[in-house]
Amino acid sequence: MQKRILMAGISAAACITAATSASAVEIEYWQYIYDTRVEAMDQLIENFEEANPDITVKQVTFPYADYQTRIVAANMARKGPDVMQLFYGWADKFIEGNLIQPLPEDTFPAAQIEEEFFPIVSAMKRDGEYYGLPTAVRSLALFWNKDLFEEAGIDGPPETLDELVEYGKELAVKNDAGNFETVGLTLDMAGQDHQWWREVLVRQMGGVPYNDDYSQVTYDDDAAGAEALEFYTNLQTEHGIGAAGFMDEGQAAFRAGRAAMTIDGTFRLGSFNSIEDFEWGVAELPANEEGVQSNYASYFANAIGSSAEGEELEASIKFLEYISSDEAMQIWLEVVGELPARRDAAMTDANMNDPIYGPFLAALPYAHTTLFVDEAAQRQTAIDMANRVFLQGQSPADSVAEAAEQEQAIIDDARD
Amino acid sequence: MVHPTESDTIPTHPVQPAPRLSMRTRSAIWVWSFLAIPVLFYCVIRFYPTFNAFWLSLTDWDLMSDAEFIGFENYRRMFADPGFWQTFRNTFAYLIYGTPISLLIAFVVAYYLDRVRFAHNFLRALYFMPYITTAAAMAWVWRWFYQPPPTGLINSALGELGFGQIEFLGSTTNALPAIMVTAIWAGLGFQIIIFMAGLRAIPDTYYEAARIDGLGEWTILRKITLPLLKPTTVFLVVFISIAFLRIFDQVYNMTTNDPGGPLGSTKPLVLMIYQTAFSSYDMGYAAAQTVVLFTILLVVSLLQLWILRDRA
Repeated sequence: MQKRILMAGISAAACITAATSASAVEIEYWQYIYDTRVEAMDQLIENFEEANPDITVKQVTFPYADYQTRIVAANMARKGPDVMQLFYGWADKFIEGNLIQPLPEDTFPAAQIEEEFFPIVSAMKRDGEYYGLPTAVRSLALFWNKDLFEEAGIDGPPETLDELVEYGKELAVKNDAGNFETVGLTLDMAGQDHQWWREVLVRQMGGVPYNDDYSQVTYDDDAAGAEALEFYTNLQTEHGIGAAGFMDEGQAAFRAGRAAMTIDGTFRLGSFNSIEDFEWGVAELPANEEGVQSNYASYFANAIGSSAEGEELEASIKFLEYISSDEAMQIWLEVVGELPARRDAAMTDANMNDPIYGPFLAALPYAHTTLFVDEAAQRQTAIDMANRVFLQGQSPADSVAEAAEQEQAIIDDARD
Repeated sequence: MVHPTESDTIPTHPVQPAPRLSMRTRSAIWVWSFLAIPVLFYCVIRFYPTFNAFWLSLTDWDLMSDAEFIGFENYRRMFADPGFWQTFRNTFAYLIYGTPISLLIAFVVAYYLDRVRFAHNFLRALYFMPYITTAAAMAWVWRWFYQPPPTGLINSALGELGFGQIEFLGSTTNALPAIMVTAIWAGLGFQIIIFMAGLRAIPDTYYEAARIDGLGEWTILRKITLPLLKPTTVFLVVFISIAFLRIFDQVYNMTTNDPGGPLGSTKPLVLMIYQTAFSSYDMGYAAAQTVVLFTILLVVSLLQLWILRDRA
């Protein structure tokens, strides 16, 4: 008797489990903690679940510092996410480690992606297959303090590198002891300056920073790398426009109203939006004399975890389709302030004429995306490169050669 | 030893009673069942990973793919890397300058604080305070003290007085001492308390006898206080050395935007290991660096115990 009741209970429980799993599938979405990003994703999930009542999406977040380790550890335990956000620069490692799977060609045809998205998405393409798609992208621009420009009697932001130097000199203010009160332009290699040097200045001096697949460092092949570094270090040593380490970080100096200009990314908008003491504007990065412009763009892509299969894989594909749609991109732009990754969603008249988003968007068609193998280590080579000139008086040419050698070793190590 | 047969002698008993164990066995079981948890903990959480690190150091494990045996390649790469030797020198700079300076200051403060009656407890608490403060929080406060003008407190004060500014964290020569000063200051409270406990433990009768014999303060210090303080000193030397060899919090937090200081001038081994493991995910290489640190810690500790051993 008791046994029969027990059996009935077990089969009933089994039925319920089977019924729920048939009618609803739950997938996990992972990203790192950043208030607006989490908020935007909550909205997207809500919209998605409304349209797909049989799918539940669970958002799981971790602090940024732990994020990569968590994904890797979860994958080792075969408990990885179905859909995850990853920095484009991690793609090689994630593909090699079998953490993510290629997007199915029938839902995401490569040709269509290339037609509809900005060219920088190709950083997620390996052997003809795409491994992820971004919702939003980031680019760099010149932030300028309108109040300080007005005080100095300068009409608008510099459009060329020569103007940058000329205005910077006028805007920098030192006190009697010879210390900076205000810098014309912040110098912060640890911030975004290393990207500016790599993908913008080197190209403007007529060089190419890397070969096509970023497996070879080429900024030391001709004089362009050294010229670019010299231009950069001269801002401090020759022209006295700024000083590395001023106010600890470039963005802190700009926020405090002690820097007339700083080069930073879209992701800084959230923090600068709370500035109340002065008016600021955004401009495209200055062009060189011949009008050559360049920019560095980056993004977090969404990819499907390698463990997703069956109905979870189907649900994941649907979800990825939604979060890469025009609608999702517009929500992301409004909530997070990051630029849409699709041309149509981005290049609307309203967006292009926006005084803040406009300059960032204008840069996307000509922006480059460095394929880092280890961004922190490669950034360090650029920081050290500048420091050797600032602190040890090494010549820019020697310093660039040393940096190229170090960076090549990092790339070779990661690729072998 | 165990006599489990006692109960077997009463076979007719309806319910078998638990076998009677002797008092000694029972207490041994108790002791071991309590000890089992920490023993197990140490084996699984401490010793197993430690020994595993030796194996990992011979592989190219990167977290993602399976570990592959590559012999001593990681060590060869490490010894050929000038960056490694830089951190090696830095680590020893922290140790060789930091330990004696800490010890001397802690002793002098403890020696005189021991004699102060006025506000004794308050002063002691004041010295102890940095020790219980979070290292990261302290590091950030010092980081701002050290900034160039207009934000840095020290440089702003120098500027007010008409002196030129000093580069602290931004200089390849000043950055390491600047960080070391904060680490010494942070550890001082604990060392002072230990020294004071050691001083209190020396019986007054020795001092009284010495004074009756007419010995001067300096001789008393040299002949009585310091020799009797030796166990305390040995403990502190080992303790401080290990702390300096493992320095991380201060360096990491004071130089986050250029980790390890300008051109790696402040980077200690632990920070290098952290970067190799959790930024580059080069676990095999990081394990090799860990083995080197482990060896240094072991050798330095044994050497100190041997040098400062009780010859009596």
